[in-house]
Amino acid sequence: MNITLRVWRQANAASEGRMVTYQVQDVSEDMSFLEMLDLLNEDLTVKGEEPIAFDHDCREGICGMCGVVINGTAHGRGNSPVATTTCQLHMRSFSDGATIDVEPWRAGAFPVIKDLVVDRSAFDRIIQAGGYVSVNTGSAPDAHANAVGKLKADRAFDAATCIGCGACVAACPNHSGMLFTAAKITHLAMLPQGQPERHLRIKKMLATHDAEGFGGCTNIGECAAVCPKEIPFDTISQLNRDLIASLFKRDGK
Amino acid sequence: MSLVATTTLTPHQSAVRSTVALKALMAVTGLLMIGFLLMHMFGNSKMFLGEESFNHYAEWLKVEMLYPLLPKGWFIWIFRAVMAAAIVLHIYSALTLWRRAKLASPATYEAKRRLAQTYSARTMRWGGIILAGLLIFHLAQFTVHATLVAGPFTGSPYQMVLSEFKIWWMVALYALWMVTVCMHIRHGFWSAFATLGANTSPKAQVVLNACAWAVALLLYIGFMVMPVAVLFGWIG
Ligand code: HEM
Ligand code: SF4
Ligand code: FES
Repeated sequence: MNITLRVWRQANAASEGRMVTYQVQDVSEDMSFLEMLDLLNEDLTVKGEEPIAFDHDCREGICGMCGVVINGTAHGRGNSPVATTTCQLHMRSFSDGATIDVEPWRAGAFPVIKDLVVDRSAFDRIIQAGGYVSVNTGSAPDAHANAVGKLKADRAFDAATCIGCGACVAACPNHSGMLFTAAKITHLAMLPQGQPERHLRIKKMLATHDAEGFGGCTNIGECAAVCPKEIPFDTISQLNRDLIASLFKRDGK
Repeated sequence: MSLVATTTLTPHQSAVRSTVALKALMAVTGLLMIGFLLMHMFGNSKMFLGEESFNHYAEWLKVEMLYPLLPKGWFIWIFRAVMAAAIVLHIYSALTLWRRAKLASPATYEAKRRLAQTYSARTMRWGGIILAGLLIFHLAQFTVHATLVAGPFTGSPYQMVLSEFKIWWMVALYALWMVTVCMHIRHGFWSAFATLGANTSPKAQVVLNACAWAVALLLYIGFMVMPVAVLFGWIG
């Protein structure tokens, strides 16, 4: 396959960026999107040009590092038949001769560091604010000491699969981090270990979410439509319910 | 005024000022307005029962509603105060969240493609402003009687409504206005319930959206039959 790529190039956080057009020849349709970028980068390196900076780590869809916006949708979800991360998107999802736009996540809370790499540490600070259970565990409890119902366990596990990639923020017209925050809120709210800090957790995590400059949710659903882990949209309603309930509790007053 | 929570606030104070609390305020006030619209639609249908019935209804609403629980004429002013507060709070939260969303997205994409957004959802903000502008015209027309087009108020609400909706472009204007209102409600109804925590599963999402469509369509048809009937001379 031969591909025309239009890629966002930006030297650093302070400089202006722009779209630059590249031709990529001899792309195999079995390559992942990142391997196609590797191919282009080798070419650029040989030519003595600066390779395109992009984030990646596991390349198997579990670390959440590799997100970029492809043809206007996060992780190229609009081109892929299934929910995917950028590293798991393959070139067979595109036709020969296609022109593909590649851009970094765009959100005030995710400033561009270089080219396609953005700073997602705002997510870390949301988790640091309350996305944990603070108990001294002591020795391992008996496996059956804390029974968790099947439905709640499933819901907790589903929510816990969030990999923190940031696609939800990138796709949201309000650049809200609500799906990410709601995934952690739901994960811990379903489990007995999460109960003691439940009301304080939502207050602290939402305060940090807002302070980091993410927008408010308007229940549009772009987030869940691009999420590689298919975090359910209804986790956001769970977060809302918990927040409203917490307003009537003394925790964190 | 700072839009974001600062570190000097306690977690509880930031929760009260959070985007989610603002949204809940928007949801509650929005649902209150939808409730009002349903009542209003029911009231308008009294036009079909003739002059005496409609005038009596209008009089009852303004003077005798809840009498003797409340002194005569009190209800309408309490009611107006609640509605005015709902509208002001609704618009205040809408504008505050709009500004936040703008601040949250300094740059836009070169290529942008939406996978889930509906037209109603996309037009909530500008649509809301158009809707509010026409609401002002509507109140000036039928409540204050300042923008009556067909002639001055003669003391009969029934005659007033009749003569205004005998004008074809007035009916067209209202038909257009109700499109903006019902589109707003199409997304707003679902969104309000999701904000208040009722979207508990993918199935609930389908049900809430179906209800939103039903309420929006009911309101559109319910509000438009009367003006159309007047225009074509089926009433009066
Ligand atoms: C008769 C008047 C109105 C009714 C019945 C109404 C109803 C509603 C409802 C039920 C919601 C859902 C709340 C939520 O999202 O949780 C909503 C949202 C909203 N309303 Fe209104 N509204 C009215 C007037 C206005 C006006 C005048 C504006 C002007 C700016 C406005 C702007 C908005 C916005 C921006 C939202 C949030 C959009 C979203 O959730 O995507 N509304 N409205
Ligand atoms: S909710 Fe989905 S899209 Fe958002 S960070 Fe988690 S995995 Fe990524
Ligand atoms: S590189 Fe780890 S998820 Fe894509």
